[in-house]
Amino acid sequence: MRKITTRLLPVLLLLICFSQAQAKTLVYCSEGSPEGFAPALYTAGTTFDASSRTVFEGLTHFIRGTTEIEPGMAESWEVSADGKSYTFKLRKGVKFHSAKHFKPSRNMNADDVIFTFERQWKKEHPFYAVSGGNYEYFNGMSMPDLLNSIEKVDDYTVKFNLNRPEAPMLANLAMDFAVIQSAEYADKMLKAGTPEKVDQWPIGTGPFVFEGYKKDAQIRYTAFTNYWKGKAPIDKLVFAITPDASVRYAKLKAGECQVMPYPNPADLAAMKADPKINLMQKEGLNVGYLAYNTLTKPFDDVRVRKALNHAINKSAIIDTVFQGAGKPAKNPIPPTIWSYNDATVDDAFDLATAKKLLAEAGFPNGFETKIWAMPVQRPYNPNARRMAEVIQADWAKVGVKAEIVSYEWGEYLKRSKDKDRDGAVLLGWTGDNGDPDNFLAVLLGCDAVGGANRAQWCNQEFEALIQKAKVVADPKERTKLYEQAQIVFKEQAPWATIAHSMVFEPLSKDVVNYKIDPLGGHIFYGVDLK
Amino acid sequence: MSEMVQTAVAESVPPGPLQEFWGYFRENRGALIGFSFIVAVLLAALFANQLTPHSPYEQYRDYILTPPAWQDGGLWRFPLGTDEVGRDILTRLIHGGRMSLFIGMMVVSLSLLLGTMIGLIAGYAKGMTDTLIMRAMDIIMALPSLLLALAIVTILGPGLINAAIAIAITYLPHYVRITRASVITESSKDYVTASRVSGAGVWRLMFITILPNCMAPLIVQASLGFSNAILDAAALGFIGLGAQPPSPEWGSMLSGALEFIQRAWWVVTFPGLMILLTVLAFNLMGDGLRDALDPKMKR
Amino acid sequence: MLNFFLKRIGVVIPTFIGVTLLTFSLIRLIPGDPVELMAGERGIDPARHAQLLAEMGLDKPLLVQYWNYLVGIFHGDMGTSLVTREPVVKEFFTLFPATLELGLCAIIIAVLIGLPAGIIAAVRRGKVTDYTVMGMSLTGYSMPIFWWGLLLILLFSVRLGWTPVSGRISEMFWVDEVTGSMLVDAFLSDEKGALLSTLHHLILPAIVLATIPLAVIARMTRSAMLEVLREDYVLVARAKGLAMPLVICVHALRNALIPVITVIGLQVGVLMAGAILTETIFSWPGIGKWLLDSIRRRDYPSVQGGILLVSCLVILVNLTVDLFYGVVNPRIRHNR
Repeated sequence: MRKITTRLLPVLLLLICFSQAQAKTLVYCSEGSPEGFAPALYTAGTTFDASSRTVFEGLTHFIRGTTEIEPGMAESWEVSADGKSYTFKLRKGVKFHSAKHFKPSRNMNADDVIFTFERQWKKEHPFYAVSGGNYEYFNGMSMPDLLNSIEKVDDYTVKFNLNRPEAPMLANLAMDFAVIQSAEYADKMLKAGTPEKVDQWPIGTGPFVFEGYKKDAQIRYTAFTNYWKGKAPIDKLVFAITPDASVRYAKLKAGECQVMPYPNPADLAAMKADPKINLMQKEGLNVGYLAYNTLTKPFDDVRVRKALNHAINKSAIIDTVFQGAGKPAKNPIPPTIWSYNDATVDDAFDLATAKKLLAEAGFPNGFETKIWAMPVQRPYNPNARRMAEVIQADWAKVGVKAEIVSYEWGEYLKRSKDKDRDGAVLLGWTGDNGDPDNFLAVLLGCDAVGGANRAQWCNQEFEALIQKAKVVADPKERTKLYEQAQIVFKEQAPWATIAHSMVFEPLSKDVVNYKIDPLGGHIFYGVDLK
Repeated sequence: MSEMVQTAVAESVPPGPLQEFWGYFRENRGALIGFSFIVAVLLAALFANQLTPHSPYEQYRDYILTPPAWQDGGLWRFPLGTDEVGRDILTRLIHGGRMSLFIGMMVVSLSLLLGTMIGLIAGYAKGMTDTLIMRAMDIIMALPSLLLALAIVTILGPGLINAAIAIAITYLPHYVRITRASVITESSKDYVTASRVSGAGVWRLMFITILPNCMAPLIVQASLGFSNAILDAAALGFIGLGAQPPSPEWGSMLSGALEFIQRAWWVVTFPGLMILLTVLAFNLMGDGLRDALDPKMKR
Repeated sequence: MLNFFLKRIGVVIPTFIGVTLLTFSLIRLIPGDPVELMAGERGIDPARHAQLLAEMGLDKPLLVQYWNYLVGIFHGDMGTSLVTREPVVKEFFTLFPATLELGLCAIIIAVLIGLPAGIIAAVRRGKVTDYTVMGMSLTGYSMPIFWWGLLLILLFSVRLGWTPVSGRISEMFWVDEVTGSMLVDAFLSDEKGALLSTLHHLILPAIVLATIPLAVIARMTRSAMLEVLREDYVLVARAKGLAMPLVICVHALRNALIPVITVIGLQVGVLMAGAILTETIFSWPGIGKWLLDSIRRRDYPSVQGGILLVSCLVILVNLTVDLFYGVVNPRIRHNR
């Protein structure tokens, strides 16, 4: 026996080496550690990259590189005339991954869909409290208010009954929290007494099978051979967790990884010049803004708001704060979202107009106010303090003396919601599902006053438009309504829209067919290596 | 050897304490070098505005990442090159000296003052107060200083002053212990008893009678504390919790340096070298002071 | 003996309680609301806000909260990370082996170089060797190690390309976790070259982390040796004509080792502080980097638990050193 092994060993080794040389391995230098592997429990994009965008799939799906919807686990769907019920026909023959501790015995079906949603929804569900039971996105997207019931019509048909019509529903279901989990796996783990295993070792239907995670170091996947759309062109996928951008760049140059997110703005020029690197770019799904408190003086006067907008030099902000990695914003939604109204005219940097408007509003000598600067770095605002300083300097030219204030992040978020808040707040938003409703209703709707609507702005005309767009199912009609809403927004100017960030992704020239995801994800199905 | 020097000095005209001190200090070449370096940094910091034509904040956008003058592409306008936004590195180093000396000064005076006070109280009050104070000091001592400073800065928020406060707290126990120990030994001595019998008040006893007698170890501790304070403040600056950009503190100048390790060695090298040299200078001087003030400890 | 042990342990308990007070107040003194932090820009409705506060136990009176905190600690519960929603204790012990490995390697380097250097300096007292060793150790002691790390990366990784920039092992390898120590695991695994890759990744961070302890050990060894070399029995041994190396190894070193070992034990605190900086520079997935990341992410339960655990560790090691010192050196035991 021993002899055989010793003789076979070289052969085996050779085989292993050979097969490794053959296997196409893509290494992605990711920017951080995932919070976990259960997308429903978390909110960070890093987590979604490592779970919902590799291992799992939802009923609907964003077409790679766009914010438009295509069928996913649901083959087709019907919406009732009143817009309150959605019937999904599930795809047949979709297989779940296997692992050492779990071998699926059946294909994906309606039970899995129901498990996925009820786990996050019903407090009495045996899995509700597992792993902490905080379903931030499910709650954040108002699913508990929206859902009336989910029915299993047959093994491959599921019906969602809503309490009110909600046009963005299909986009919501394409989001990361709604990816389909295996009910069979959950049952088995529950019986084994280790329900939390479901959240630690993901089993899904997606293009990549989870192989293991070394905390803060590495995640491994292999391509799923039985994936319903066909096996991914690459064989292995490795996330090498590399928090420092310059180290990521060094690894990319050394060929230790092929794709990296979030480069240093300072390195962009060198990356462009490097013949071995392909630098891709796109606008991010975000907006950074300055919200006036429209309930308090002097910001209750639209002329004051317009005047201040005219007094902000956005190109200076793009240069000094974004170091070029941003684009001036004129609408409250980014240009990668459908219905973006390119016809609106931005408030140009024009001190004369600003002074004139201020004088008309009764403030020829300006006034004193506050600018709130957040203490944290966000994609839509890499340095709020510096941005506030630029705006402060600009406003001083029209006589408006602004004091910059800041609080601890938690405190900042809380205090800035206050209806009596003094001054203008720098903040921003990164979209969840690429639906305009996710920006316009969440940030500017009347319901959000005293909450996420930091401008405390409730305009009847605007509200009517976005409410109507919420219930109309036809995308064309919705587009028109949102375009109109953006015009109202621009006239009323509850915010100064500052900028959208630019997303840059350098990749090795060996990588083929990579697309930047406008939703901020990093998706490797369909990507190949030369 | 040391004994010989001692007897030699003793046989001549009795020197004043300062002269005696200088005599020992002068013997120590390392201490002298350290002392001169510190004086140089101090002078540069004082006359920073006169020494360089640039402002530490001015960004020469056309000269981003210019290498040092002696390298290809370097300019004598920027002897040590420029950083990522085109600021002159030499100017920032000189101004950084101000911040490091300031933070050292602030930490040492804060911890020295507070520590001596608390130590005096502990040593004099004895009993419960003493126990409580010393237990609190044990807790501070139990934690690695950088970790404790991190915890305090997390609460206070980042910034140069907060970092100084945090570091000062971590050094309190040294001063408290030294003062307390001296108070306890000194207060049993005859001269203290004598002045107590002659009716000196508590405060007079503490400050005028006892304190001057434990000055020597405190001074040594303070000069060594200076170097630790500069080092810790730089570390806090480096991890982004000390001095905030754009201030030219040496540690925070390095905080973004990893970014430039591929293409601009001068951005990485010089600030750290300044930290090393200054800390080394203070340590050399501290060693010299210790030897000079306490010949018994001379090794 | 028992008396001494009990006394020492008795002193540790109030220290421990003090540390819990510190970490407890940490999360409560920071302005702002942990629930708002979790919710971010979206915000959260007031009912759910209150519910989450209650779940975290933040709605009770302070004294009750502190009591619950202490009870939790004794059950091994140090809260849940706001980011991963995993128990802080679990996070800590997942990453701890990496720090332990780095720290042990650093200590080994520091002892292997520091001890002989100190002995040589003592023997050659006043000679060039002595001045060189002392000069270098004072430089090492004054070293800002975060810069030292950067400098070594600049030289060995960027200029010479000898060592990798960051991490514990090359992405090529996937080593199954058996002991948590990458060196041992790589050795056990059947992947060729994994061990070499691990060593390759380990060497620079270990040197950086070793720098300050090395300097301290060299200085301490030198002064302990000098003291011992002056003692009568050494002088007698030398007078009897014993060879110098023998005298040093057998007689002097044995006695000089006691204070040196104590100093080595006391370097744990220095190592932990150093680990925060070293791990950050080298992207080493250990406790130090995790702690700093937690501060940056405002994951306060992790910061709180991490500081408590690290402090306990340092206190325990110091206690052990203290007890050891008491055992080998009876004078200490009886004096205090």
